[in-house]
Amino acid sequence: MAKEAEILTMRGIVKSYQMGDELQVILKGINLSVQRGEFISILGPSGSGKSTMMNIIGCLDSPSDGEYWLSGKRIADMNDKELAKIRGREIGFVFQQFQLLPRLTAVQNVELPLIYAGVSQAERNKKALEMLDRVGLTNKIRNYPNQLSGGQQQRVAIARALVNNPTILLADEPTGALDQNTGEQVMGLFRELHAEGRTIVMITHDHNIAKNASRIVQILDGNLTEG
Amino acid sequence: MIKESIKMSWQNIIHNRMRSFLTALGIVIGVMAIISLITIVQAATSSVTSQFSELGAGKLVVSALGTPLKKGLTDNDVKGLLEIDGIRGVSPTLNFSTDVVRNLMVEENVTVEGRNEMYFTENPKLIGRGRPLSLIDMESKNRVCVINPDLQEIIFPGEDPLGKTLKLKGITFTVVGVIDDEVTTDIVSAIQKSQGRDVSEGKAIIPYQTAMSMTGANSITSLEIFVVDTTRNAEVKADTERVLNQAFNYKEDSFSILDMDSLLDSMNTMLGMMTAMLVGIASIALLVGGIGIMNMMLVSVTERTTEIGLRKALGAEPKQIQMQFLAESIFLSVLGGLIGMLLGLLLSAVVINALDVDFAISMTAIGLGFGFSAAVGIIFGWAPARKASLLNPIDALRSV
Repeated sequence: MAKEAEILTMRGIVKSYQMGDELQVILKGINLSVQRGEFISILGPSGSGKSTMMNIIGCLDSPSDGEYWLSGKRIADMNDKELAKIRGREIGFVFQQFQLLPRLTAVQNVELPLIYAGVSQAERNKKALEMLDRVGLTNKIRNYPNQLSGGQQQRVAIARALVNNPTILLADEPTGALDQNTGEQVMGLFRELHAEGRTIVMITHDHNIAKNASRIVQILDGNLTEG
Repeated sequence: MIKESIKMSWQNIIHNRMRSFLTALGIVIGVMAIISLITIVQAATSSVTSQFSELGAGKLVVSALGTPLKKGLTDNDVKGLLEIDGIRGVSPTLNFSTDVVRNLMVEENVTVEGRNEMYFTENPKLIGRGRPLSLIDMESKNRVCVINPDLQEIIFPGEDPLGKTLKLKGITFTVVGVIDDEVTTDIVSAIQKSQGRDVSEGKAIIPYQTAMSMTGANSITSLEIFVVDTTRNAEVKADTERVLNQAFNYKEDSFSILDMDSLLDSMNTMLGMMTAMLVGIASIALLVGGIGIMNMMLVSVTERTTEIGLRKALGAEPKQIQMQFLAESIFLSVLGGLIGMLLGLLLSAVVINALDVDFAISMTAIGLGFGFSAAVGIIFGWAPARKASLLNPIDALRSV
């Protein structure tokens, strides 16, 4: 069904919640294709359904209706354990609030996904250090999150998202908690990663941030429109 | 992954040091109570039973209540008993109390026991110094006596009593032997001694015929029967009953036989039941401790909802999350169990030392303490860990 270069395919995705007597439809039949190596922004105001969109792409939530293929795998067929594996190996999450564990050092935070992927201690450390080097934090590896600036924390989070070499880097408002300058630096990093061939899906409400992507889709009231 | 779970749970326990300590405290107290109770009761039991069996093994104690026509047993009846197969000997006993006089010293209400030579043969360790009463003393009704160390201290302070005389009921007796300090001759003082209580009571033993003529008694009302083979106790007891029934003309309630071995058995059963009951009570503390752990784990799951959500987003399977939280509760309770075990052993060592009983580390106690605490960790950690593993990652991440 999915073409070789197409690593993410959505067909008629519907997500609805029963709120009391009322059936609330958040996503109203979304069709989306993402090619390998694309940097795509999903732009939408709050309440447009973009968070639900992010949850479904990240396999954190399942759609009420429609088909979703990721790397040629049909997500609807999977159980909790398999979904956990998909999240660990296919998707690298970057959150607005960084979501670093405060009691772990930068390098330990980056190692986390590798623990769940069953990578050995020595290999974990090596890969984590490489990734921290890639995001330019070689001299901060032993620091705890509260000893890092917002921009540095987000770069640790990006290193963590990339350490398992995922198919998609999935970012939810990655600059939302940063000042404009730092946000710009993080966007610079995203553009570099894109240039290296990474596939990036970024969800944002900010048009200026969305412009960094090679392609923008807009979500409004549960409907997706190109451009 | 198990290694990682242990590492993660250890980090969390260390981070919440105070809370972890207070949570584990319930387990510490529970395990400490169980360990010390078992160790103390076992030590006391073994010391009491060993003294008890030293006194009572292979022995039947007959009390003749007599009938209106016949107050007690005659020498002939005793001879009849001696003919029973499996009886090694019979020792009649006659107790009375009187004042002991020496020069101007008087000790009031000293227990005087009339015994025969068999009693000394059966209790070879009884005499510390001097000699026991012999068959010749019995037959020629010699006025000799054996005294216990307490009476020696009172009547012969700082002196060697051997060969010296004292007066019982105005009759002069020569002291020929002194009872060994370490030996206890009756159950009551054995128990008192095992409890560390010092009983200072004078006692003298004289030939029983002499005692009979002194008290004017013409029959024996109490005697001990020594059995050759303790496995044949019941048989010998039945034969004894037969002989005694004949002696008292089959009158009901004219005598009673106390079988020391079966008494020891029932005492052991009773102590075992008491131990079980005490452990049961101490287990309540452990149960409360377990609920404490469960409570803290539930709080911890709620507090760390975001962390759980994040770990799930990073690829943690439900089972792995469950393992992490389960490891934490097992860790906490086993840690508490180990501390409780150490404190319990320490406490029982102190108590046992004060009781002057041999201290032995009970493997049962250690096994129970460790097993209980691990079980508490698994049982009470299960529900919170399961709750954590079932958290929906979206809800978990949204709660930021």
